[in-house]
Amino acid sequence: MFETFRTILKRDLTLAMRRRTDLMTTLFFFVIVVSLFPLGIGPEMNTLRLIAPGVVWVAALLASMLALERLFAADHADGTLEQMLLTPQPLALLVFAKIFAHWLVSGVPLVLMAPLLGLQYDLSSEGLQVLLISLLLGTPTLSLIGAIGAALTLGLRGGGVLVSLLVLPLTIPVLIFGAGSVEATVSGLGGDGHLYMLGALLVMSLVLAPVASAAALRISNE
Amino acid sequence: MNNSRFINWFKFSSPAAFYPLAGKIWLWSTVITAVLMAVGLYLSFFVAPTDYKQGEGYRIIFIHVPAAWMSMFIYVIMAGWAAVGLVFNTRLSSMMASALAPTGALMAFIALWTGAFWGKPMWGTWWVWDARLTSELILFFLYLGFIALQSSIDDPRRADRAGAILAIVGVVNIPIIYYSVQWWNTLHQGATIKMGGESSMEATMLYTMLLMTVAFWAYSIATAMSRVRSIILEREKDTTWVQEMVREGKA
Amino acid sequence: MKEFFHMGGYALYVWGSFGATAILMIAEPLLLAGRRRAALARVRRLMRMRDNQQQSSE
Repeated sequence: MFETFRTILKRDLTLAMRRRTDLMTTLFFFVIVVSLFPLGIGPEMNTLRLIAPGVVWVAALLASMLALERLFAADHADGTLEQMLLTPQPLALLVFAKIFAHWLVSGVPLVLMAPLLGLQYDLSSEGLQVLLISLLLGTPTLSLIGAIGAALTLGLRGGGVLVSLLVLPLTIPVLIFGAGSVEATVSGLGGDGHLYMLGALLVMSLVLAPVASAAALRISNE
Repeated sequence: MNNSRFINWFKFSSPAAFYPLAGKIWLWSTVITAVLMAVGLYLSFFVAPTDYKQGEGYRIIFIHVPAAWMSMFIYVIMAGWAAVGLVFNTRLSSMMASALAPTGALMAFIALWTGAFWGKPMWGTWWVWDARLTSELILFFLYLGFIALQSSIDDPRRADRAGAILAIVGVVNIPIIYYSVQWWNTLHQGATIKMGGESSMEATMLYTMLLMTVAFWAYSIATAMSRVRSIILEREKDTTWVQEMVREGKA
Repeated sequence: MKEFFHMGGYALYVWGSFGATAILMIAEPLLLAGRRRAALARVRRLMRMRDNQQQSSE
């Protein structure tokens, strides 16, 4: 079992590394969106500090939506997805490996970049710490839930927009607790409760999302 | 063994058998809706007393609460039919789920609209990021997502099953969304109808609202039946039973 | 009668919400009736096509 997980993971990572530009686009999108807000809202530090968690989290959410496109599309196009459906190994495991690879490629860069962007908003140091942890817990959940949407809209015209319409409502609890944890820490209330909730959401989607995505893939590939 | 008493309910799982039954149900629920709506509206405006705090404005509750309840209830029923359709591969159950979605979306929209119109005099602004209104808005997005997904897939079978997955994932998420939004901010008045406890509403107001809820119930059944009949006609248009039925003018 | 419509000063809000609900809950059945007529017309068109094919093949 772990053997297949490793091979799919290695395969997807090498594929992603070959097309490094895709990797960069998600990251640059995240950076640009976060940097736009001060230009729109004004340089006044107090307001920026106030909106920092929300802005960074919403930008992370949108960036992960953007990256979902690449999750199954390439394999669907050249038929490797059909082969994956036929393997004796459980499809949920293969899908989980693909989602994990996808998260490593598109989620982790966001997590590493976020504290840097937090400085733009003059976030306090422990605020930045909690931002990092909350994104570390949150972005995999976003990829997992997003995978269900990506699998459902495989090969549909206008799939990109449709994925966000399907997935964004489902990721709202992650956004609430993610942004809430940073905001609670900054305001001194302590963000641990939020982080526990984020962990719970992560564990739940770890268990359920691959199964749902596998089922959705089977339907999309009939 | 004489099983005439035992009505084989499964025969209604075939569209051909279900179609005439849906027609009868549609007819009866339309009549019930009309009667209950008339009585309900009369009660809402002329019988229910003026609220000591909110004056006449509170009468919006007689459509706001039933619509909100219906929007949540229809989503659960829709997810249920979608799951049955996915598991048992019965086309009719999936048709039922697709038939319910637009009415559920309409109920969610009515709940939002009347919530805003009620919020303006009571809280001073048209839209308030209150926990229940926000979860209602998210529920509305879930409905739109379901309808958008189903309408963007051409093959009906795949549309049914893809919609089913989304509905099931959605119904699992509804309590999570509700409590995270509730936790995030609550401004809304406490539940006026506490299940079990003495509800803080005057008797006639309560009965009027419950009557209106039944009226909304009958309305949703009527629209769902009428839409499922149209879906059956659209999907089974090439079958002989549909064409015979149309020829005999019984459609 | 006039003060009934005045609704104790809440006229806009009460009639705004009841009115919108009434419009929507009347529009939906009408749209459904339209959809039903279209579906039936389509079936009849298919039947006519099938009858013509049979006649032409005899």
